Amino acid sequence: MENIKEDLRQYILDEFLPGESASNLKDDTPLRSSGILDSVATLKTVTFVEERYGIEVEAHEASVENFDTIEAIEALVKSKKG
Amino acid sequence: MAHLADYLEASTRRFPDRVAAADPDSTSLTYRQLNERATRVAGFLVARGVRPGDRVGLALPKNTDALTAVFGVLKAGAAYVPVDWTGPAERIATIFGNCNVQAIFTHSSRAALADGAATSVVLGTDSVSGESTFTWNAVLAHAALEAPPAVRDAEDLAYILYTSGSTGVPKGVTLTHRNATSFVDWCSSVFDPTEHDRFSSHAPFHFDLSILDIYVPLKHGAAVYLIPEDLGKKPKDLARFIAESRITVWYSTPAILALLGEFGGLDQFDYSSLRTVLFAGEVFPVKQLRRLVSQWPHPAYYNLYGPTETNVCTFARIPTPVPEDRTQPYPIGWPCSNCAALVLDEGKEVEPGAEGLLYISGDSVFSGYWGRAEETASVFIERDGVRWYNTGDVVRQQGDEGFIYVGRRDRMIKRRGYRIELGEIESCLYKHASISEAAVVALPDPQAGMRVFACVVAPAESRPSIVQLKIFCSQNLPAYMNPDVFVFLDELPRTSTNKVNYQELIRTVASPSA
Repeated sequence: MENIKEDLRQYILDEFLPGESASNLKDDTPLRSSGILDSVATLKTVTFVEERYGIEVEAHEASVENFDTIEAIEALVKSKKG
Repeated sequence: MAHLADYLEASTRRFPDRVAAADPDSTSLTYRQLNERATRVAGFLVARGVRPGDRVGLALPKNTDALTAVFGVLKAGAAYVPVDWTGPAERIATIFGNCNVQAIFTHSSRAALADGAATSVVLGTDSVSGESTFTWNAVLAHAALEAPPAVRDAEDLAYILYTSGSTGVPKGVTLTHRNATSFVDWCSSVFDPTEHDRFSSHAPFHFDLSILDIYVPLKHGAAVYLIPEDLGKKPKDLARFIAESRITVWYSTPAILALLGEFGGLDQFDYSSLRTVLFAGEVFPVKQLRRLVSQWPHPAYYNLYGPTETNVCTFARIPTPVPEDRTQPYPIGWPCSNCAALVLDEGKEVEPGAEGLLYISGDSVFSGYWGRAEETASVFIERDGVRWYNTGDVVRQQGDEGFIYVGRRDRMIKRRGYRIELGEIESCLYKHASISEAAVVALPDPQAGMRVFACVVAPAESRPSIVQLKIFCSQNLPAYMNPDVFVFLDELPRTSTNKVNYQELIRTVASPSA
């Protein structure tokens, strides 16, 4: 559970920011308004989170608020895992 | 009929109480309501001095109000200029300035987009300030236009759609009522619409797919279901919406259809109403198309092809099911009955089966780029007294399947159905204070269609991070133009004549170590 943020950071770096160093992608870096995650990338991230943590993200939960930062995604995952 | 406003007026006389347009939040307008409101918008615009031939900018979220504004502009004899209302303000200002709009409609959350306009209308609010700014309610309360302000002529400008321009400035494709109605009437002959149809409107109004979405249903007394941008990107929600709205004719880019097939959970809903699925804008990867067809086996599928400049000009019916062993993309097919096609290589017609550039003529072909006479002249040729538009697309005739799309010889690519001039991304990167050189290339990608690589040169001491570059691009370019990958280089490879060596760059970014 402790590594959720690091898992997410590594996934986003590998998939959508190839070549970027981890220190530039902060827990509160906006992902949606910055263009790092477009709509397709967000869907992929939702699928990653679902498979990685064995949770189901409802369509309305895949919102800008829940997926705009690494810490927001972590909060969603934690709330889902209870 | 040769004027888009005639379609709405004729359908209003035949079907005044049928639903013309609906939003997902269950706001809907009957033909009588839509026509009456649009006539009030037209009355307002004419009273504000908008004259036939003038341009009116629309920076609005897609809903029944935006559709009302479109018809208000057309009834006033003016042309509408739709833009992505969520896009960068500077780009929108460039577009509205380029064609010198007389009035701007925008939403209260982006009210500044209308600053400086002779007339502005702000939707989504009850209070505005300034003598030339009006609320939507004030416009809808205006006295209706009694008669068209001028004789409606098929050659009048109907709308301008701006596409990516290679020099960094978007270019306006001007389309007349004849161009649009020629295409809409062709749709009538092939897709047999009736007043019982329910059409999807997935594409935004600034995208040429919207011409079919809006005018084909409204010509026939059918209903158009306007899908706002956020719903349009969520496959699960969209899958439910299509089923619950009992959409009969769907039209979109392959990208969202592929997402529906992959993430939509289509097996959970009833799609028995869906009779026709149309797609256009880019090649539909066969694997993704097969998956969609396996879940939606019964509708008729069509691949439509055509740049914004021509409307749809060739089409192919896709036989279903998609055979398991097919890997080759489906053809773009044969010319529509309102168009003619010519395939030329260095000015000479090619033998069937050989590659060449596709040229199109016909009533649906545009008249020119706004304010760019030279560029307009450069895309047309004259042959046997007929004006032919050079699509820039390389095609090859394949047996009786029709034309196969092969690729392009210039620096334009397609991504999610949008045209992107790679030069426009370069122009944006050059605006960044720390970037001394920039070159952008694209490589085909089985999943994403195209991946865009931005190669930049920046001094080590002020080198921006990739996150910073992403943010910079999102502030200056539409989202679909934001590069997928940024590569820092010490210098750009050059040819012997000191031009950027794009072939070398493609090899660099394609190598696994990049």
